Amino acid sequence: MLPRFFRRKGVILIYLDNSGTTRQYGEVTAEMRRVMENDFGNPSSLHRLGLSAEKLVRKARKEVAESLGATEEEIVFTSGGTESDNMAIFGVAYSRRRSGNKIITVKTEHPAVLESCRRLERDGFQVVYLSVDRGGLVDLEQLKNEMDSQTVLISVMHVNNEVGTLQPVEEIFRLKQEWNKTHNRDILMHVDGVQSYGKFDLKNISAELISVSGHKVHGPKGIGALYIKKGINIDPMLVGGGQEGGKRSGTENVPAIAGFGVAASVINRERGKTAKEMGELKERLAVGIQEQVRDVRFNGPNGQETSPSILNVSFLGIRGEVLLHSLEQEEIYVSTGSACASNKKGQSHVLKAMGLKNDEIEGAIRFSLGAFNTREEIDVTIDKLAAIIVKMRRLGSFR
Amino acid sequence: MNEKNILIVRCGEVALKGLNKPYFERMLVERIKKVLKGFDEIEVTRNEGLIFVRAGKNHDLDKIINAVSRVFGVASISPAVEAPSDLEKIGEAAVDFMLDLIEKKCVKTFKVDAKRADKSFPVLSPDIARIIGGKVLIGCKVLKVDVHNPDALLFVDVRRDKSYIYEQKVSGFGGLPLGTNGKGLVLLSGGIDSPVAAWMMAKRGMLLEALHFHSYPYTSERAQEKVEDLAKIVAGYSGGFKLHVINLLPIQEAIVEHCPEEETTILVRRFMMKIAEKVALERNCMMLITGENLGQVASQTAEALVVTDDAVKMPVMRPLIAMDKVEIMDRAKEIGTFETSIKPYEDCCTVFLPKHPKTKPKLHEILESEARLDASGLIEKVMESRQIISIYEK
Repeated sequence: MLPRFFRRKGVILIYLDNSGTTRQYGEVTAEMRRVMENDFGNPSSLHRLGLSAEKLVRKARKEVAESLGATEEEIVFTSGGTESDNMAIFGVAYSRRRSGNKIITVKTEHPAVLESCRRLERDGFQVVYLSVDRGGLVDLEQLKNEMDSQTVLISVMHVNNEVGTLQPVEEIFRLKQEWNKTHNRDILMHVDGVQSYGKFDLKNISAELISVSGHKVHGPKGIGALYIKKGINIDPMLVGGGQEGGKRSGTENVPAIAGFGVAASVINRERGKTAKEMGELKERLAVGIQEQVRDVRFNGPNGQETSPSILNVSFLGIRGEVLLHSLEQEEIYVSTGSACASNKKGQSHVLKAMGLKNDEIEGAIRFSLGAFNTREEIDVTIDKLAAIIVKMRRLGSFR
Repeated sequence: MNEKNILIVRCGEVALKGLNKPYFERMLVERIKKVLKGFDEIEVTRNEGLIFVRAGKNHDLDKIINAVSRVFGVASISPAVEAPSDLEKIGEAAVDFMLDLIEKKCVKTFKVDAKRADKSFPVLSPDIARIIGGKVLIGCKVLKVDVHNPDALLFVDVRRDKSYIYEQKVSGFGGLPLGTNGKGLVLLSGGIDSPVAAWMMAKRGMLLEALHFHSYPYTSERAQEKVEDLAKIVAGYSGGFKLHVINLLPIQEAIVEHCPEEETTILVRRFMMKIAEKVALERNCMMLITGENLGQVASQTAEALVVTDDAVKMPVMRPLIAMDKVEIMDRAKEIGTFETSIKPYEDCCTVFLPKHPKTKPKLHEILESEARLDASGLIEKVMESRQIISIYEK
């Protein structure tokens, strides 16, 4: 087991950017190294080395399937969340083109979904981007009105990566099924589960397609999976040797798959406990900020369940990017809602869709927790943050 | 055919230098040798006002031409073949040369342009052209002469011991060889202008050293990386140099705290110049170089430039002063800094930007504001943050 604190170049740092990526579990790294050194075979090879590699892939697939409440045949390994989202959207859109050309998604989705949809629009598809309220929750009435005979897919993320809003995906699925039944149609639903994986139990998500990623759950980068419900056929994006049941050709990334399998096994074993701890830390952080810093806005829905790992806060009158670097000086690593305050293009599309004002968007910081974070880290963060904010507000920055 | 590829390098302005010409030529040869040090068995020689580069045929000639064309002081380059100065031999070489052109460029018409650098050669230039043209017509049956609009203009340069045949002229940037005009310290911001300013001064033979200000944590480490990338591109022309990096934030903070908001930018500019002068003196740079451009932004109005200029004694070179933004951008694209310059990281100039900066500052007012600050103390303080980074040419 790795120690929970993280030391880099002799300095202990506090990593609160786990929605960006996470530090790998020690056992993930150990397994990947073992596989790279000993099991370099190609799972498609007929000989013993191939078989050994294939077994590793199967073992990982079993763990990932279990974490999603799926069977092994329903899991396709991909290069990560982006590919899973692309594959779900393009796959459904093109294979169901004859039944319709309309896709419904939400304005606050991840760019991997939004950009796929924009590309489809250029290719003649019609895409509806549902609005969200101030808390980031999707407008269900609008959804009901938008479903029609041309609709083939609804894509809604489970947890928003920037603010942690939890979308009512089961309610959406129910509405969709009802509509399918009364109109005798077959609209499918895709859930981007990249940020909820490992925090919520995805076994109970009924959607036909679910995207997950390895590196957001202390697994390796460059690996993810798409759950495709049995009986659903979608066009592959990558064709070739017919790996992954013909749904995703290309020699399997065996070490990453094995590492992902280990991370999934940790989820299967400890998810409930980890999520509960994260939730407590997030609460501690929120209360600390509330008590010690003036003029803050917590972004997300009021009084509703949200992700235990993501806390998005706007510090009014402060530029998020500057706060980020000031925290970085104290070895605390966070993320902003906008890349560069000097150009509006860099502003978060999520916060904009939620109707936040300019200064709320510019001053937004995302704290995101992982399995390694501790109470001590949260307490240090609150103290340092409060001191930095006081200093920055005194100085101002003319904007 | 020759055993080696030969390039004729013309020196342009260097050739105009009187008694100092050998010095300039020597510097140019040194510089060409340096940019070609990655290729083995390269010979660089001077002969009668031209520089000859001989390279083994195993090397990609285009790469060598490209490297030499970036050397300041080079006016143009021609890949050439060499023949003994004998009309029979020159004719044979010319036929081979044209056969090659017919194959590579589908040349159908040509014209010969001859000159004698060796005036004792017994045949006059027009006659050389006629004789060689005749030999080429016999040797290459598909070719016709076209004196008005030929596909290929075949140059024949007859010299004392050897003669040269070439067709193509690749332009260089001109200018003067590096190291022939002192050393200057450029204020490198990371924008479009300052790398161009540095390049233009280096083109006149000036060696460089650079200074970059950042305002971490108000600017990101990526902004500094971008400046290092820009410096490396410039170093591809100017040779490697030292980049000094200084955190200006304590000065900006003091100004914001003690001086009028609308004077922030101009006061910061003055401090930048003072620090630059200090670094320049320490590093034996005789001048400062900036990318300032008349009227481009509030701190570059005529009035503001007067106030900025007053901050230092050292001459400040502003090679872009009268260029239009479009011209500067075109030059940045040409030298390859543009794409890096437009990456969107904040630099220290956009931090603490006042809403309404003074466009017509008065020197006495600015000096009054400045007097409220402990200038030398502040400068000493920020100098402590200095890092010196060695930028190598690629």
